[in-house]
Amino acid sequence: MEISLNLLVNAVVSGLLLGGFYAAVTVGVTISFGMLDIVNIAHPAFIMAGSFVAYALNSAWGLDPILVGVGAAPVFFVIGLLVYQIYFYAFERRGEESMQGLAFFFGLLFVGEVSLILVFGVDYRFVEAPYIGPSLHFGFVELPLRMLIPCAVALIMVAVLQLYLGRSFIGRAILAVSQDRLALQLMAANPARVKCIAFGLSIATAAVAGALLIIIQPVEPSIGRDYIGRIFAICVLGGMTSFPGMVAGAMLIGVAESITATFYGPSWAPAVAFGFLLLTLAIRPAGLLGR
Amino acid sequence: MIGDAAFRAGRFWAVSFVVAVLLLLLTRAAIQNEYFFFAAYVVLQYVVLATAWNILGGYTGYINFGIGAFFAVGAYCSVVLHKLASVPVPVMMLAAGIASGIIGLGMGYLTLRLRGVFFAIATLAMAIVAQTLIVNWDFVGGSRGIYIIRPQHAPFFGDYVEYLYSLMLLLSWIAIATARTIERSRLGLGFNAIRDDEAAAEAAGVPTLRLKLIATTLSGALMGMAGAPLPYYVTYLDPASSFSLSYAVNSVAMPVIGGMTSWIGPVIGAVLLGTIQQVATVTISSALNLLIVGLLLIGFVIVAPNGIIGLIQSRRRARGAR
Repeated sequence: MEISLNLLVNAVVSGLLLGGFYAAVTVGVTISFGMLDIVNIAHPAFIMAGSFVAYALNSAWGLDPILVGVGAAPVFFVIGLLVYQIYFYAFERRGEESMQGLAFFFGLLFVGEVSLILVFGVDYRFVEAPYIGPSLHFGFVELPLRMLIPCAVALIMVAVLQLYLGRSFIGRAILAVSQDRLALQLMAANPARVKCIAFGLSIATAAVAGALLIIIQPVEPSIGRDYIGRIFAICVLGGMTSFPGMVAGAMLIGVAESITATFYGPSWAPAVAFGFLLLTLAIRPAGLLGR
Repeated sequence: MIGDAAFRAGRFWAVSFVVAVLLLLLTRAAIQNEYFFFAAYVVLQYVVLATAWNILGGYTGYINFGIGAFFAVGAYCSVVLHKLASVPVPVMMLAAGIASGIIGLGMGYLTLRLRGVFFAIATLAMAIVAQTLIVNWDFVGGSRGIYIIRPQHAPFFGDYVEYLYSLMLLLSWIAIATARTIERSRLGLGFNAIRDDEAAAEAAGVPTLRLKLIATTLSGALMGMAGAPLPYYVTYLDPASSFSLSYAVNSVAMPVIGGMTSWIGPVIGAVLLGTIQQVATVTISSALNLLIVGLLLIGFVIVAPNGIIGLIQSRRRARGAR
């Protein structure tokens, strides 16, 4: 009995750490999908790109992956601006964004994945950093730094974004777009420009999230797909636009996956997020903390 | 009027059947190269998948990304039958059609709560759930995959791959004729009403739920049937490759590139893209040909959202105006 309690506590703790990381992965989609109504199912491809940037610079010069992630964020921001420009001129302006846009991002996801395969191959890649390996111990609870540090970085990133959206002028404009686009237009602001910046921001988070991902586990280009369902499950579970709701959803899915992996085997874990997603969509589409 | 429409639909079934049989006899008599049948099987498989996808995606406007689920469930249905008893492949296709049709029916009930983007994401999720179930099911090989030994001889004549090719050709005929019949019938009218404005269609008395259930079931069943011969074709089946996202990308890209409003669109898209891929796989590399599909999908969605059919139609219209 004691052993299984041990196991359970450890599973919950590592699930919470995993959930923190999931928050970093999801925050970009919460901005693009939740706030801007842009169904960016290609987000996992950008996260993979972030992972491989971290891998390339880490293996070449031994740079710290998190620093690389933060350093690459501005570049990803610019890429995000460009993608939004294409999206805007091709779909949003014509008012055909939902279906055509979905196909566009689906193609982008695939192109991103195949390009990474062509450049890096299908082998699993990993990074080296001093905090990969050691762990802290509190009694029988184990806290691997490999999980703890990504979780902390992720939560810091979400908190910074939350502050930025709530306090800065552009941040408030982004929130305004998500609430009422027409009203913003009547205030003589251009929703497309605000959305452009916000979408850049959402892609920028993928650079950091990708770096965190490759710290947690070895990465190969096609594992990004596993994140599609997880990301959208968390986003929907968290009520689409709220960051606290998203973090709660991320923790919930992290714990559920971790418990499933511990007691039923890791091969069942992917179904957990998707099960949650289907259930939430079917029963409570407004999410945990939704209106 | 209705009698007239039924007569015309019947005539299309008959004419297309004759065309299919002639094509079958011609290719099997004239072509000795075995690789042709290997490649043609894949192209025909995509004709079925693209046509099936378009019945739901093109006619009713509900985007299904869970193609892998239907296709692979069809394939694994055959694996189960293969392990339990020796049944001929057409029976397996029928059983796979029923199994995937039931899943399609389930997916249809999702549309009660989910519209647009949420439906698309849910279908993607459904494919992963199905994959997880298969990965954990040891009877069909689990994540290790399973080897399937083909019967020594094909039931009629010729090589076994030629036999599978013939079956796929007949299935393509069924899929295409079904799609065209739907398009020209009241059913297709109802589907289009759902695509254009579901609330208005409902208000006007279109039984939207029943129509959506018909569309998802039919579309799912055809995809499952397309997957049924796969174990015999590849002789080794594993979840990672049978649930591969490339089936989904192809089945979406082909109707988009060909044109989603007409039955001929997915056929054009599948033959064109399928052939390009087969050639590219041999001459360049298999990773690169997937890149081509992705780029073509993006390019067409941006530049010509109505596909090749749309391009032809607008050119014809421009000529008529002059």
